[in-house]
Amino acid sequence: MELLWQGIGKAIELVLGFDAEVWAITWLSLKISGSATLISLLLGIPLGIALALVRFPGRNTTVALINTGMGLPPVVVGLFVSIFLWRSGPLGFMELIYSPTAMVIAQVIIAFPIVAGLTMASFQALDPKLALQLLGIGASKPQLLWLLCKEARLPLLAAVMAGFGGVISEVGASMMVGGNIRGQTRVLTTATVLETGKGNFDIAIALSLILLGLTFAINIILLTRIQQREQLRWPKLS
Amino acid sequence: MAETLLTLSDVAVHHGEHVALQVASLEVYPGDVMALIGPNGAGKSTMLRVMGILQLPDHGTVRFRGENALDGNQLALRRRIATVFQEPLLLNASVYQNAALGLKLRGVRRDEIQRHLGPWLQRLGIAHLAARFARTLSGGEAQRTSLARALVLEPELLLLDEPFSALDPASREALVRDFQRIVRETGITTVLVTHDRHEAFALANRVGVLHQGHLLQLGSCENVFLRPETEAVAEIVGIENRLSGVVEVSDGDHATIKTNGAMIHAQAGLKTGTKVVACIRPEEVSLTLATCGPQDSNRLKGKVIAVSPGMTHHRISLDCGGFPLVALVERRGYSKLPLCEGDELTAVFSPETVHVIDDERAR
Repeated sequence: MELLWQGIGKAIELVLGFDAEVWAITWLSLKISGSATLISLLLGIPLGIALALVRFPGRNTTVALINTGMGLPPVVVGLFVSIFLWRSGPLGFMELIYSPTAMVIAQVIIAFPIVAGLTMASFQALDPKLALQLLGIGASKPQLLWLLCKEARLPLLAAVMAGFGGVISEVGASMMVGGNIRGQTRVLTTATVLETGKGNFDIAIALSLILLGLTFAINIILLTRIQQREQLRWPKLS
Repeated sequence: MAETLLTLSDVAVHHGEHVALQVASLEVYPGDVMALIGPNGAGKSTMLRVMGILQLPDHGTVRFRGENALDGNQLALRRRIATVFQEPLLLNASVYQNAALGLKLRGVRRDEIQRHLGPWLQRLGIAHLAARFARTLSGGEAQRTSLARALVLEPELLLLDEPFSALDPASREALVRDFQRIVRETGITTVLVTHDRHEAFALANRVGVLHQGHLLQLGSCENVFLRPETEAVAEIVGIENRLSGVVEVSDGDHATIKTNGAMIHAQAGLKTGTKVVACIRPEEVSLTLATCGPQDSNRLKGKVIAVSPGMTHHRISLDCGGFPLVALVERRGYSKLPLCEGDELTAVFSPETVHVIDDERAR
């Protein structure tokens, strides 16, 4: 038990003391997972919308792939991205292995199917007749898409959060393609693994708490506030 | 002839092998209130989508004020039309925001929207609900919002796809009345799809009958409902008694028709030997226990097969020796005429009420 209290004490010390290395690691985690989420949104939302609204050849296969991808183990992603980016691998010439860019690539592969799959589900949940009614009062095609996105805003936000949550907490792929290099590719999760391995439980606890606090804060800011506002629009049940 | 607002020519819509709509020609004139009636799957909603340029036909042309919708600026044409559907699907926002949506989509300024929308919310009796969220509305209020959303656009053509049929009877009657007043005041050109013959009669000046994708008849309410041109139309407009026969005696404008087991007198100038269908509306048939009466009336002896009570009328099915006949008897009159299954009585209807369809010409 003493170990835990000691750890928590050290954690508070590190966080409040603005330990330079801890903050660098936190900032890098945010940067990598944030960019990966952003790229996943840019790719995943249009694909999800297309899968929900348009019938095209290969659609069923794509849906099956996306659904499989939503449960992709990060370690497996890490393995295949490593093979591709390895110096002797097909994309080795780009010299990306053990770089933040490699980590972003791996995290995009993890988050993109989650975003696409949940976007598809949120658009499928809309009444298909809604589109016809909006066209019936003179919406143009782009206006229609925008209105449908607005109507699906809550589940879409859930897609964003699920994508971000999936990559910020992921360790396997980051470790494999990033290499946990101090000052370059060390992020909160890989650092926690390292410090635990070394027996530095206090630092590991500090890093974990920061990770928890980070996801919690972002969830609060984005999801919870909007959800609470939406809930007020429901009639009181009872 | 007045300038046409909307013209469909040679329009066809296919769903695979199935023909959903096949209309040689249909014209909507400014100021028209046209009802489209027909059974489920007759192509009414498809027709409305084609008229609203929400669906392009596989064949034929749609012209709006002479402009071809298939190669013109479809968005610009679509914005001169507004469509309201059976189920009012509103956005997750306030009544005001929902009703303002169409104007907002057209880039109308905020103060302009307010100036236009206010009177319409008043007219539809939802001004007091402006700030309410759409999710909290009753069915009638939601449909009023949906109508306001369309009417505020002051469209040149208003299309309504069974707008009243999902409502409870009280809110439905109130909304039909309000809508009737709006149509009268604004003279807005309207095409209305409905299942309800009474609604068509109450609102429309012209009625089109659709069946299996084909437009069987288009004309005034009186012509379509009282003088259908074919047996199929007669069935759709609710003429339950349709007796096939041959004209036996013809005397100027009076014909005696021999049907399966009875002679029916009708007012119709048809040649002897013509194959016809005699149509008698159930509400024109009265029942009596007396065995004699005026000679010029049709008098058929029958036996009661079934009695189904109703709010205003009882529906009585008779077996008139070989063919069935349905009579609608007013509830008040019925109390003086206690009927049981198996009772024998006489069905009476005058020759003027018999509508005769020339079966050979109708084909």
